Amino acid sequence: MRAFMIRYQTPVLLIFILAVIVAISDIGGLDSLQVALTEMLIRVLVVVGLYVFIGNSGVISFGQTGFMCIGAYAVGWATAEPGFKQVMLQGLPDILAQNQWPFPVAMAGAIVLPAIVAFLFGLAILRLNGIAASIATFAFLIIVNSVYSNWDSVTAGVSSLVGIPTVVGPWVAFGFAAAGIIVAYLFQVSRYGLMLRATREDDVAAKACGIHSVRMRLVAFVLSAALVGAGGGLYAQFLGILTVDTFYLSLSFITIAMLVVGGMGSLTGAVSGVILVTVIVQLLRYGEHGVMFGSTQLKMPESSSELGLGVLLALILVFRPNGLSGGKELTLLGSSKGGPRETVSAAAGPTLQSDSNAVASETTS
Amino acid sequence: MIQFVQNLIDALALGSIYALTALGIGLLFGILRLINFAHGDMITIGAYALIVPSADVTARLLIGSWTPAAVIIAISMIVVVAALITDAAVFRPLRTASSPTLMISSFAVSYIIQNGILIFYGARPKAVDFWSGANVQVYIGELRVPLLQLITLVVTLVLMVVLTLFLRRTPYGVQMRAAAEDFRMAQYLGVRANVVIGLAFAISGILAAAVSMLYITQSGSLTHQMGVPLALFAFVAVVVGGMGNLTGAVVGGFTLGLIVTMLQAYLPSDLRAFRDAFAFVVVILVLLIRPAGLLPARTTIERV
Repeated sequence: MRAFMIRYQTPVLLIFILAVIVAISDIGGLDSLQVALTEMLIRVLVVVGLYVFIGNSGVISFGQTGFMCIGAYAVGWATAEPGFKQVMLQGLPDILAQNQWPFPVAMAGAIVLPAIVAFLFGLAILRLNGIAASIATFAFLIIVNSVYSNWDSVTAGVSSLVGIPTVVGPWVAFGFAAAGIIVAYLFQVSRYGLMLRATREDDVAAKACGIHSVRMRLVAFVLSAALVGAGGGLYAQFLGILTVDTFYLSLSFITIAMLVVGGMGSLTGAVSGVILVTVIVQLLRYGEHGVMFGSTQLKMPESSSELGLGVLLALILVFRPNGLSGGKELTLLGSSKGGPRETVSAAAGPTLQSDSNAVASETTS
Repeated sequence: MIQFVQNLIDALALGSIYALTALGIGLLFGILRLINFAHGDMITIGAYALIVPSADVTARLLIGSWTPAAVIIAISMIVVVAALITDAAVFRPLRTASSPTLMISSFAVSYIIQNGILIFYGARPKAVDFWSGANVQVYIGELRVPLLQLITLVVTLVLMVVLTLFLRRTPYGVQMRAAAEDFRMAQYLGVRANVVIGLAFAISGILAAAVSMLYITQSGSLTHQMGVPLALFAFVAVVVGGMGNLTGAVVGGFTLGLIVTMLQAYLPSDLRAFRDAFAFVVVILVLLIRPAGLLPARTTIERV
């Protein structure tokens, strides 16, 4: 039992932290906070999805936001009002156009469709390395954006797709985020995850050990697309309205920034990056709306919250170039056998442990 | 046939703007392995420096109304200073950071600059009448050649040649190439890293200033995100052309211009809306056939 707890302490701790945040704000009961919280939890799912591919393979992908777009529109096609679909989306097949499918069916679509696209696209491009692979995924993002903005009969083009039931609140989003964390962790400690991490550290040495790096990347890419797609599906049912440009460069950059700020080498990094950036953005937004100090209202000038976010991101990166987590996982019980197995080493044991404790206190404080 | 040659000229014109931007991005990538998204915002800074700072919709020229030589010098200096500030404030502390960290920090810089401009100049696009005398057409036989495109093409080629000569013939150029080849080894041999890198930032600033003046003359409007698409296309051009290789960056820029223009001209009209999708499918195909780019540099081939 103790071995089990040590092995799975990281995902349990991360989920516990998220649960505490959701429960506190549920008791507090602020509506504006609930909205921000739901968005944060959806982003946890998306960034954990990004981490599954980027963190484990070391290849930066700008294209995952494209899968988010595909997942969101899959949900839109399944759940939008039939009346709207028959008028605005005449290219949809009857089975979608005439029915309004329930949540589980829609989410299944948001997971399966991006995964299929990721499989086909990944098959083509994942033999590219490093920067060339990044550019290919960037090209993919532009292709998805261009196709979805112009394929009027199915996506309503540049006008928006409306009438999606908004059924996603904090607890639903939390459920999916928790599931995403578990899936990502199970992948990370599985033999596929370890083999992929080996190719990240040294591709040539990994190949020499008989690891098929393209195949490992493909597995991670498809899994990542499924998680990110689910995030897109949730986002659609959170907003109730879809436009293609939501899922483009700025979202792509902010999600990657969350991952890098948290530390792209660990699952803890992915989750803590989302929490940190969300907290910063919220605080800056409050500042922009104005804070009352006695009778005087202190207010920051417009769009200064974006400016502040940029400055803080730069500062965090300058002072912690490897992200908040520094590539380590959050642990309480020590890391004798559990956690990422590559850290098992008698000599490195004590120092690693004290390091990760430092990280633990930092991320929870 | 005439139509085809005409399309070719348009492709060269578009490609030369991409190529000029790609030179600046390619130079920094070659030395620092920095994917500098903020390069596009250097272009934006150069363009906004032409006008009086205000949130009004109509832009009044300030520096932009000086004589051309003074404009070129002033704008170049402003952009060079801006580029050096980004280096000193953000990139210098991150010399040993990993490539994704560098990239995200350049994104943060880009975000800061865009929102800074938004605060001082307002969000609405501004119309600018800058050097509009250059927007005339020159006819060569039946061919229509915009004078400005000709100027852009000449400026691009001249800057590329000057930069290549600088890198090959001057001591600083040699140091810069040495740093691009093996940064740590160059330091051991007495190359002052921060001077060389600062110089590279300064040169990329001059290149960005050139783009901003040419581009604003052509488009005549200012927005706080005007540099972003240029930088993105140029970044793709650098990778398609071959990283760490300035000729490659220029070739990549022209290739991208050619792909986009030819698709615009020859795609059937109901597919023309999907031009960008087709263009980037071609980009992916080029990468699959030549993963190291059209003109791969020796230094980017990884050795064991």
